[in-house]
Amino acid sequence: MHVDKYEQAWIRISIFVLVIFIIAVLTASVSAGIQVPGVEGRVDPNLITTPGASPWAEPSVRELAPGKYEAYVLAQIWAFRPGEIRIPAGSEITFYVTSKDVQHGFKIMETNINMMVLPGQVSKLKTTFDKPGTYNIVCHEYCGIGHHTMYGKIIVEEVATEAAASE
Amino acid sequence: MSVQSISQPQAAASSAKASEARFALENRLTGWQIGIAMAALSLGIFLGIVQGLEHAGLNLYTYLQPAFKSYYQGLTIHGVLNALVWTTFFITGFFTTAITRSLDMPISKPWLARLGFGLMVVGLLMTAYPLFANLATVLYTFYPPLQAHWTFYLGLTLIVVGSWVAGYAFFFTYAAWRKENKGVTTPFIAQASLITMAMWQIATLGVAVEILAMLLPWSLGLLPGTDALLGRTLFWYTGHSLVYFWLLPAYVSWYGMVPKQAGGKLFSENLARLVFWLFLLLSTPVGFHHQYTDPGIPQGWKMLHGLFTFGVAFPSLITAFTVAASLESGGRARGGKGWFGWIKKLPWDNPSFTAQNFAMILFAFGGISGVTNASYSLNLAVHNTTWIPGHFHLTVGSATTLSFFGIAYWLVPKLSGRGLFSRKAALAQAWTWLFGMIFFSNGMHMLGLHFGAPRRTMLGAAPYRDAAWNPMLMESVLGVLILTVSAFLFFYVIIGTVLAGKKLKEPVEMPVAESMDTSPTPAWLDTWRGWVYGAVALVILAYGPMLYVLFNEMQLIPLPPGLRVW
Ligand code: HEM
Ligand SMILES: [Cu+2]
Ligand SMILES: [Cu+2]
Repeated sequence: MHVDKYEQAWIRISIFVLVIFIIAVLTASVSAGIQVPGVEGRVDPNLITTPGASPWAEPSVRELAPGKYEAYVLAQIWAFRPGEIRIPAGSEITFYVTSKDVQHGFKIMETNINMMVLPGQVSKLKTTFDKPGTYNIVCHEYCGIGHHTMYGKIIVEEVATEAAASE
Repeated sequence: MSVQSISQPQAAASSAKASEARFALENRLTGWQIGIAMAALSLGIFLGIVQGLEHAGLNLYTYLQPAFKSYYQGLTIHGVLNALVWTTFFITGFFTTAITRSLDMPISKPWLARLGFGLMVVGLLMTAYPLFANLATVLYTFYPPLQAHWTFYLGLTLIVVGSWVAGYAFFFTYAAWRKENKGVTTPFIAQASLITMAMWQIATLGVAVEILAMLLPWSLGLLPGTDALLGRTLFWYTGHSLVYFWLLPAYVSWYGMVPKQAGGKLFSENLARLVFWLFLLLSTPVGFHHQYTDPGIPQGWKMLHGLFTFGVAFPSLITAFTVAASLESGGRARGGKGWFGWIKKLPWDNPSFTAQNFAMILFAFGGISGVTNASYSLNLAVHNTTWIPGHFHLTVGSATTLSFFGIAYWLVPKLSGRGLFSRKAALAQAWTWLFGMIFFSNGMHMLGLHFGAPRRTMLGAAPYRDAAWNPMLMESVLGVLILTVSAFLFFYVIIGTVLAGKKLKEPVEMPVAESMDTSPTPAWLDTWRGWVYGAVALVILAYGPMLYVLFNEMQLIPLPPGLRVW
C-alpha cells in the first residue's frame, strides 16, 4: 500500500505520542499510587441494614490506630449515613461505601475520591486529609427526584497540639 | 458535432432525473428517517436549553407543568431523543442514500428496508409513551435498579432491532452489487458505511442482552430483581462503541464527501479504509474505561481497556491528517498559496462545508478532553462531573450533530428538489454553533475540573452549590443562549427549504470525493472475513472472562417494594 511520506511521519509521531501517554498513565498509577476501586466482594443490600448483620447496620467512622480511620458509609435515597464525618487533620481514612437502594455516586470535593456506589457492591478508596476544613461529599449519579439534595460532609479538625505548636 | 455538444448537458440532466427515479424508495426512506430525526432533535434541544437555564437559576419547569414534571424527566428525554433517536434515525437515513448512491444500486430487498424503518418507528412510539407519561425517568442510561415501564425497554429494543434490519438491507444490497461487480474495488463511501453498520451489530449485543435477558423480564415481573454491576457492564459494552456509531458517519462524510465540496480530493483513500477497519476492531473492547470508578471490576481489567482506548485514538489521529491534507488539496486547487493561504480559499460561503469544518474543529477539542477521560488516573478528577457533558457536547453534540447539519444542507435540497432556503441563515447557523458550543462546553469543562460540580444534577437547586461556580455557569449559559439562536436557524432553514425553497431544475448530486492516490487498493483492505473475526475475537478476549465472572456471581436483587424514586 502506498503511503505518502508526510503521512508516514505523522503516523510515527501519533504512535510515539500514544506510547508516551500509556507510559505516563502506567507510571502514575504504579508509582504515584493513584488507585481506582477494585473488587471487595458482594453484599446483599436487603440484609445489610439488619442490626448486627454488617458494618452498615450502624454506619460510622472508627479509629483503627492514631491517625488511621475507616468509615463505613451507606448511600440511600437521598442521604449518606453518617451524614457528617469528623476526623483530625493529617488522618488517613479508608471509605467503604455501599448502597441500600439504587446507584449513587460518592465524590469528595477537592480530593481524588470519586467512585460509583452500587447496591450489592462495596466501593473502597482511601485518602489522607491534611488541610483542616469542610469537604462536601456529593452524590454524582442520578438517583431520583431528590438527587441534587444528596450530600454529606467531612469535617477535618485542626489538631490541638499542632495548633498550639504553631502559636 | 455541434448538435451533440448542445444535447450533452440535457442528456446529463435527464439521466440525473432518471437516476432519481431509480432511487425513489431510497429517497422516500431517507426523507422520513431524517425527518423523524430532526423532529426528535427539535424537542431534545428545547429541553437542553431548559436544563442549561436551570443551572443558571432560571427553572422553567415551573411553567412547563404538567407536560414535563421535572428536570430529570426533561433530562431523560433530552438524552434519549438526542443521543439515541436523532443519531440512529439520521444515520440509517443518511446511509440509505450514501450506500445506494455510492454503489449506484438501489436496495436489493426493499421489504427489508421498509421493515427496518417500520420497526424503528414502532419502537420510537413505544419509547415515547413512558417517557412523556413520566414512567421512565431513568435517564438515557437506565441503570438498574431504576425501573422503567416495560414499554420503555421494549421500545428501545425495537429501535435497535430496526436499525439492525436496516443494516441487513444494506448488506444484501452489497452482496448483490458484489455479484455483479466481481473484482471491482468497493467504492469508499459504501465500504466505510457498511463497516460502520457491521460495527453497530457487534456493539449493540451488550445492551440487547441487558434488556432482553434482564431488564425487560424484570419490568414485566418475570424476574425477581437485577444486578446493578452486570447491567452497567453490559450497557457500557455497547455504550462506548455507540460513540463510534455516532462518529463514523461523520467520518464517512469528512473523508468521502467534504474534500469534493472543498474542491479537492481524498488524500489517501486506502489509509481511510484501514481507519474504518481499525474502528471495527477497536471500538468495542474498551468499554471499561467508562467504569474506572466502579466497584467489583479488577483494576487490571480497567487498565487493559484503558490501554486499548489509546489504541482507538490512533485511527482518529490518522483521520486528522488525511482530512486536513484533503482540504488543503481543495484550497490549493482553488488558488490558495503558501502555508496557510489555502485555508482562506476554502469554500467558506458553502454552509454544508462550513458546518462540517467547524464540526471538525470542535471535535479536535473534544478529542483532547476525551484522552483525559480515558486516562485511568486523570479520570478520577473528572468522572461524573460537568466536565463530561462538556466533553460529549463537543463530540456527539458537535462533531456528529453539526456534521449532520452540514450533510442536511445538501441532502434536504436533494430529497425535496428545492434549493437551500437561506444560505446566509445556514452559514450563521454554523458560526453560532461554533461559538455557542465553545462557551457552553468550556464553562462545563472548567466547572467540573475546578469544582467537581456533579453532572446529571439540578444544579440550580443543589444545597452545596457554591457562589464560586457562578462565572463558569454563566459562561455556559451564554453558550446556551447562542446555541438557542443556532438551533432556531437550523430548523428555520430546513423547514423553509422544504416548504418554500426554490424548485431546482436539476437534482442535487451526492458529493463524492475522488482519490488522489491512484495506486490500487490492496485486497486485504477490501475483504471482510478476517476483520470481522478479529473484531469478535478481541471482544471475547476483552469481555469474555469478566462477563463470565459477573454472570456467575449474578445477584438478582429485588427492589424494596413500591420504590419509585421520581
Ligand atoms: C443545542 C443545545 C443543547 C443544549 C443547550 C444542551 C444542554 C445540556 C445540558 C445543560 C446537559 C447537562 C445536564 C446535566 O448533566 O444535568 C445536557 C446533557 C446531555 N446532552 Fe445536551 N444540550 C444540547 C444539545 C445536545 C445534542 C445535540 C446532543 C446529542 C446529539 C446532546 C446530548 C446530551 C446528552 C447525551 C446528555 C447527557 C444526559 C444524561 O446525563 O443523562 N445535547 N445537555
Ligand atoms: Cu444521586
Ligand atoms: Cu467511551
